[in-house]
Amino acid sequence: MSDTNQRIAYGKTLVELGKENKRIVVLDADLGGSTMGKLFEQAYPERHFECGIAEANMTSMAAGLAQAGMIPFTNSFAVFAGGRAYDQIRQTIAIGELNVKICGSSAGLSDFGDGATHQSVEDLAVMRAIPNMTVLSPADARETAAAVKAMVEWQGPCYIRLNRNDLNNVTPEGKPFQIGKPYVVREGNEIAVLATGVMVEKALEAAYTLKDKISVRVVNVSTIKPLHTAAVKEVIAGCKGVVTAEEHSVIGGLGSAVSECLRLERIPIDFVGIRDRFGSSGHCYQDVLEYYGLTSEHIVETVLELYKEI
Amino acid sequence: MYSDQLLNELREKARILRRDVIVSIGVGVAGHIGGSNSAADLVAALYFYKMHHDPKTPKLEDRDRFLLSKGHVAILQYAALAESGYFPVEDLKHTKEIGFYLQGHPDVQKTPGIEAGTGSLGQGLSIGLGMALGMRLKGIDRRVYVLLGDGELAEGQVWEAAMAASAYHADRLVAIVDQNGLQANGWIEERYNSYPIREKWESFGWRVLETDGHDMEQILTVLDDASRPEGKPTVILAKTIKGKGVSFAENVVGFHNGMLTEELYRKALAELS
Repeated sequence: MSDTNQRIAYGKTLVELGKENKRIVVLDADLGGSTMGKLFEQAYPERHFECGIAEANMTSMAAGLAQAGMIPFTNSFAVFAGGRAYDQIRQTIAIGELNVKICGSSAGLSDFGDGATHQSVEDLAVMRAIPNMTVLSPADARETAAAVKAMVEWQGPCYIRLNRNDLNNVTPEGKPFQIGKPYVVREGNEIAVLATGVMVEKALEAAYTLKDKISVRVVNVSTIKPLHTAAVKEVIAGCKGVVTAEEHSVIGGLGSAVSECLRLERIPIDFVGIRDRFGSSGHCYQDVLEYYGLTSEHIVETVLELYKEI
Repeated sequence: MYSDQLLNELREKARILRRDVIVSIGVGVAGHIGGSNSAADLVAALYFYKMHHDPKTPKLEDRDRFLLSKGHVAILQYAALAESGYFPVEDLKHTKEIGFYLQGHPDVQKTPGIEAGTGSLGQGLSIGLGMALGMRLKGIDRRVYVLLGDGELAEGQVWEAAMAASAYHADRLVAIVDQNGLQANGWIEERYNSYPIREKWESFGWRVLETDGHDMEQILTVLDDASRPEGKPTVILAKTIKGKGVSFAENVVGFHNGMLTEELYRKALAELS
């Protein structure tokens, strides 16, 4: 599982970077065994802080650690890391642009068994709306490792959204993570599917399914913010329609971000995402994704519908 | 133990801070007189006696830190910073002007000497704890002072931080509770009772010291006592009077965030001159 799991890639990369960079510290709220903060704890116990089941305190502690010159990473499930500690992130980290990194682990619907309380359908929207915040959403384990390196080099608050389950690696090997730069993972020239997280792989499947009918370009948008109009226009250049795909509410996430960028363009856009609903428990991840319409088939249907319009 | 000269100098500093608070509030604009003036003696003792800091090098690594968890009395900290030499005293009267570096609540980016962004209550102690732990990792043996209000103790995060500080034996962390007994809407014990306080801190594993928050000699004594580490964090419970030094504002609920008329402004300044 280790090469295909974002959480493990995250934990291992922190250990690797923490060897040289003594400023890196990691905070967990009794979920280190899941967030993989435990790997850092095992390697550098003096630089890992177990904060107990108290995410608000953990988050403000990270602000204090940053003020003392450290590079703190706070870990918890996305609903807690970004949701429960929202006010702490806003006030003690974002307003002052402190160098704190927040990991929203088991994000989206990926904690399939635990249901709505543990499934973050709105974390991208909430984090994206906070001024000074950078928001990352890598597609696979490989890209997660690269993203963590970029986060350490990036000065300022940064949120990263990670999936709980094993995902196939779909991004190029050895590609450095460039914050703010979406990139093409499959060429095509009629419809551009802009996807993030687990949906990148689904988009690639959809493009393959449609290959004899429509030329679909697939773009990995692994930085949700900052996302600039020029960067989006560059990756959709030549296409006549845009479909976004995200394991997140259609309100406020990738679809919204792309629409904001393209608001002055005459190009039709449609969304694949969660329709303003909370999550639900399911027996397996795939069941839950299907229930919420987050499959390659849904992307295919959405692309076909949009194609009729252009 | 402390010379009369020192005590008188510090009392004088506290008077100046209270006067600066009134000047920065001015006429016709609401400002937090009550909670500023209750804490003025404590803050004067910290900035002008206890803390090691350098106004010319606000980011000096080897410094003590003061965090205002009750961020709504930013004007008091601005007064202390200005009188210490971090920025011109004349700027205080421009506090809260649009885009100015002295905002309504402390902002770490905008204002030299501000250590933490606060305003949404209950978060300062957590930040102070993180700072103390970061300084410990770096081998900086300095203290972190965090000023809280007694009304603020209703915030659950204060107790998360209290528990964590104790678990981490953060003995360079000193919390100071400005116990003026009032919150925005009335007497704490009548509105929503966070008392008794002493027993709560003790049961969370803190060393508890008490003082009259307006008696300079007592204040210096507890601050010096708090500097002797005992392997656990220290809280100073300081009994104070909200609005202290301005007769018409003392213990008056309306002066939590009150507005001064021209007449009251002059009266306040006269009482503090």
